[in-house]
Amino acid sequence: MAQSAVIRPGHVCLRVLDLEAAVRHYRDRLGLLEIERDSEGRVYLKGWDEQDWFSVVLREADHPGMDFLGFKVLGADALTRLEADLKAWGCVTERIPAGELRHCGERVRFQLPTGHVVELYAQKDFMGNGLGRVNPDPWLEGIKGMQAQRFDHCLLYGRDIDGNIALLRDVLKFDLTEKVVDGELVVAAFLSCSNKAHDIAFVRHAEDGKFHHASFLLGTWEEVLRAADIIAMHDISLDLGPTRHGITRGRTIYFFDPSGNRNEVFCGDYTWYPDHEPIIWTADQLGRAIFYHDRRLNENFLNVVT
Amino acid sequence: MRGVDANAPSTGDLDAGSRLRGFHEIRILDAEQRIACTPGENLLRAMERLNLHLIPVGCRGGGCGVCRIQVRRGDYATRQMSRVHVSAADEAAGIALACCLMPQGDLEIEVLGSATSNPSAVLKPLQG
Repeated sequence: MAQSAVIRPGHVCLRVLDLEAAVRHYRDRLGLLEIERDSEGRVYLKGWDEQDWFSVVLREADHPGMDFLGFKVLGADALTRLEADLKAWGCVTERIPAGELRHCGERVRFQLPTGHVVELYAQKDFMGNGLGRVNPDPWLEGIKGMQAQRFDHCLLYGRDIDGNIALLRDVLKFDLTEKVVDGELVVAAFLSCSNKAHDIAFVRHAEDGKFHHASFLLGTWEEVLRAADIIAMHDISLDLGPTRHGITRGRTIYFFDPSGNRNEVFCGDYTWYPDHEPIIWTADQLGRAIFYHDRRLNENFLNVVT
Repeated sequence: MRGVDANAPSTGDLDAGSRLRGFHEIRILDAEQRIACTPGENLLRAMERLNLHLIPVGCRGGGCGVCRIQVRRGDYATRQMSRVHVSAADEAAGIALACCLMPQGDLEIEVLGSATSNPSAVLKPLQG
C-alpha cells in the first residue's frame, strides 16, 4: 500500500442553489443515502458501501462549487504530525472542532496553492454499510438510481498546480500517477494516496479555486450504461459519455447536478503501486488521453466549471 | 416577472400558428435565426430542442455562466442563478443565464458568455 498516512478522500462539501433539488439529485438519482441534516441546514449523505457516517455534504448558497474536500488520515498521531508538516511547508492551518460537521472529529484545514480548501481528519463515526462484518451479503437491497457505491475523487481547477503537486507529494506523501505535459509545462496532474489511479486531480486554469467534478464509483460498465439511462429518464443535464478515458482508463459518464456542479460516475481504472512510475500524456495526444473513443477534445468538458 | 422596456413592439417573425400556440419569439442581435420558446420553457432548452447553436451551452443549471446573456427588450422570469456570474446589479440591468430564463413574451437579447473566455491550460496549446 501507499506510504501516505492519508487513506482516502472522505468527504466533499458542495454548495448548491436549491437544497431540495440537490437532495433529490444526489439521493434519488445518484443513489446516495440521506443520513441527516444539521442545525445549519446542511444535508449529509453517503454511498451505500461506505462505512463512515457521511461522504457528501450539501450546503445551500448563492453560488455553486466546492466548499472543501476532506481526506481521512490514519489516526490522531498522523493528524498532528501532518499538521506540523503542513506548517513547516508554509501552509496556514486551522483546527475545526469535533462536531462542527456532525459525527466528524477534529479537522485540520488548509489551502492548496490553487486556493482550494482541503482538510484532514482522523475520526468519523462508524455507520457501516448495512451488511455487517460477519458473513456479510455482497450488496444492499433497495438502493435508488445509479446506486453509487462511494465517493471517489475530485478534479479541481486553478493556476499553481505545480504547487499543489509539490505539497501533496512532499507533505502528504501522495504519488503522482499520471500527468499531461505541454513541453515542460504540466497542464494536468493525477495523484493517489492509495492503490487507486487517482484520489485527486488538477487542471491548470486561469482562475483559482474552481471545481470541475466530484466522482462516484460504480461496479461495472453495465452500471455506467444504466446511469446513462437514468440521466435520460429524468432529463438530467448530460455533459459527456458514456465513454472511456485514456488517462486512468476509467469508463465514465459526466453530468450536472441541478446547480451546475459536475458529477462523474465511473468504473474500472487500474491498480496503482507506489513503485510505479507516472504515466505521461503529451499535449499532441490530448484528445485520446481524455476521451479515448472520440479522440477529440471537448471545449465544454474542459472549460465549464463552478 | 422582470421587464426591460415592456412596451416595445414584438419583432413579429413567428408564423401565426406558432403565435396561436403561445410561442414566444426570441431574437438574438446579429443572428438570422429566431428561437421559438414555449411558455414556461427556459431559453437554452428551447434553443437546444431546435438544434440551434446561438448561445453557448454549459451546465444548464445556473452554475457555470457560459450561457450569460443581456436582455435588450421584453419580459421574462428567472430562477436562481450563481451570484458569481450574475450579480444583483447585473440582474437589475437585464443580465441573466439563458438556462435559468423563462421568456414571458417576445425577447431581444445579446449573447455575452463563452466557453472559451477563461480556458484551461489544457486547451491553450491547441488554440495557439
